[in-house]
Amino acid sequence: MVPGRRPLRFGPVSMVWRPRAALVPLVIAAAVFAGVVVNVGRGDIEVPVPDIVAVLLGGGDGVDRLVIMEMRLPRSLVGVLVGASLALAGAIFQNIARNPLASPDILGITTGAGVGAVAVIVGAGAYGGLSGVLADVGIPLAAVAGGLVTAVVIFVLAVRRGLSGFRVLLVGVGVNAVLGSALSWMLVKANIVDAGRALIWLNGSLNGANWELVRPAALALLVLLPLALGLSFQLGALAFDEDTARGLGVRMTASRAVLLVTAVLLTATATAVAGPIAFVALACPQLALRLLRCGTPPLLGSALLGGAVTVWADVLARSVVSDVELPVGVLTAALGAPYLLYLLIRSGRGRTS
Amino acid sequence: MTHTLDHDDVRDGAPAGARGREAEHAGRPAARLRAERLSLAYGDRTVVHDLDLEIEDGTVTAVIGPNGCGKSTLLRSFGRLMKPLSGRVLLDGEPVHTMPTKRVAERVGLLPQSPVAPEGLSVADLVARGRHPHQTWYRRWSSDDEEAVARALRSTGTYELAERTLDELSGGQRQRAWIAMALAQETEILLLDEPTNHLDLAHQVEVLDLVRELHRDTGRTVVLVLHDLSLAARYADHLVAMKDGRVVAQGPPVEVLTEELLAEAFGLRALVRYDEEIGAPLVVPLSRERALA
Repeated sequence: MVPGRRPLRFGPVSMVWRPRAALVPLVIAAAVFAGVVVNVGRGDIEVPVPDIVAVLLGGGDGVDRLVIMEMRLPRSLVGVLVGASLALAGAIFQNIARNPLASPDILGITTGAGVGAVAVIVGAGAYGGLSGVLADVGIPLAAVAGGLVTAVVIFVLAVRRGLSGFRVLLVGVGVNAVLGSALSWMLVKANIVDAGRALIWLNGSLNGANWELVRPAALALLVLLPLALGLSFQLGALAFDEDTARGLGVRMTASRAVLLVTAVLLTATATAVAGPIAFVALACPQLALRLLRCGTPPLLGSALLGGAVTVWADVLARSVVSDVELPVGVLTAALGAPYLLYLLIRSGRGRTS
Repeated sequence: MTHTLDHDDVRDGAPAGARGREAEHAGRPAARLRAERLSLAYGDRTVVHDLDLEIEDGTVTAVIGPNGCGKSTLLRSFGRLMKPLSGRVLLDGEPVHTMPTKRVAERVGLLPQSPVAPEGLSVADLVARGRHPHQTWYRRWSSDDEEAVARALRSTGTYELAERTLDELSGGQRQRAWIAMALAQETEILLLDEPTNHLDLAHQVEVLDLVRELHRDTGRTVVLVLHDLSLAARYADHLVAMKDGRVVAQGPPVEVLTEELLAEAFGLRALVRYDEEIGAPLVVPLSRERALA
């Protein structure tokens, strides 16, 4: 018997039973559902909770159905999906780099996606040649392309006889700075209307959400989440230094490459759909790690928490200022950062005393 | 059997290799782990030159040598962490570099010089990671795993620490936890790169006693890289002395550890005295002033 590792076995399948790691995600999932219900009920027409639940279960009257299903639900769903994708991507980065600061925001992948999108917004604005439909398709595609290109650039610059987490982080910070100035340059050059639109997008907003945006976000998560969970077995050994992990029989380069591509695709899709929502990818994995009390950022727990944080941040963003709907990214940054700081200070104290 | 060779003899790489081939002809089974005309390099810098070495099965072998002599590099290549520039490392007669990582990991366990793990990991979870080569994505904690981990924790005296996290451990406890991880891998060959690094003398002895016990109880083949010559002489059956990427001497400690070898390989003037009580040679370095006087 090994203390702290109670077995759970059915036939050939075996794992460690961790009550916290099983129950906390259920609680977070409930918080996601509650967040969606509350968010869907708010607006010019208030819908009471029982009616919302009825509609979500397939009943309800015509007006409620229209308001909820057509107008409000996509917004919440996009929030949940995008938040989950970002947090999952952050958890993967943090596991591989063995560094809590590694996240698509810090590494510049989000900024890369932003550069792609803003280039289209600015280039295809008032003076651009792109029509409305093309611009709608163009922004997400450009964001995905921007994110992927950034990831490749970071990889090429950072790889040197294997991939060191710290090197990736340093190169990422540098790339992020370069992309940030490119972004500023484009905003300065753009006309005021385009710059305004770009700025709203850059703050991470769910305002334009509709079913067209739910689909790509859901598809990405549906494909990439199971893939990441399947690979999480390798992640356990990848959390070690290179030599130890190889000594344990992990094919480092291959496993890392697949996981990194997964994380980059998740980030790029999420950013394409809702803009760069700040801090979810950085903070949620660290919060999940502390809530579930495990040694490394948990994948599923982080994803659920990302969804919960984003949808509740949207609830707040819509109610803080009564006549303006704040971009959700403003709220996630304003709430996520202090809470993360609080946790770091608290855990630091626990360790030194 | 010992070879205290002068430098020129070693440069052509023949003697040790010739010995290996003789052994095969004499009908003695070849060692499970050996290097054949092995050269290793980091980029343009060749660190190990045309080296032949057999690790005798079921013994504790200590590799000694000055900083930068290539001993850690040699150990890494035994663990399949480095691709040879030329030559090969053979494990049970098969070149390790063409074997799948996982199959090597089932037979050879390796503890690098400064292993890194997430600080929030518990000791039990760390040691359990040692079972990785025996697991699949759906079989992550079988009863075999559990027994191996419990054994590893008990034999390293870390069972009581199982639920502590790594950041709560002292240096000695941490090192024992890492050794437990390597043990849980349950390989017949164990490679330890400076397992006593960063430990005070009492903890160094504790770790080496542990290695000795493991060898006695399970007959494992252990290869260690060690800096302290007296400890190496005391705890190893077999010493391999390296200089500039070549083996300059190998054999039982009494025959390898001589004042001439220390002067030649380490550039160190020292007294070497055989101690009856310990049953091993002791090395007492002389300061430059003493030596001149």
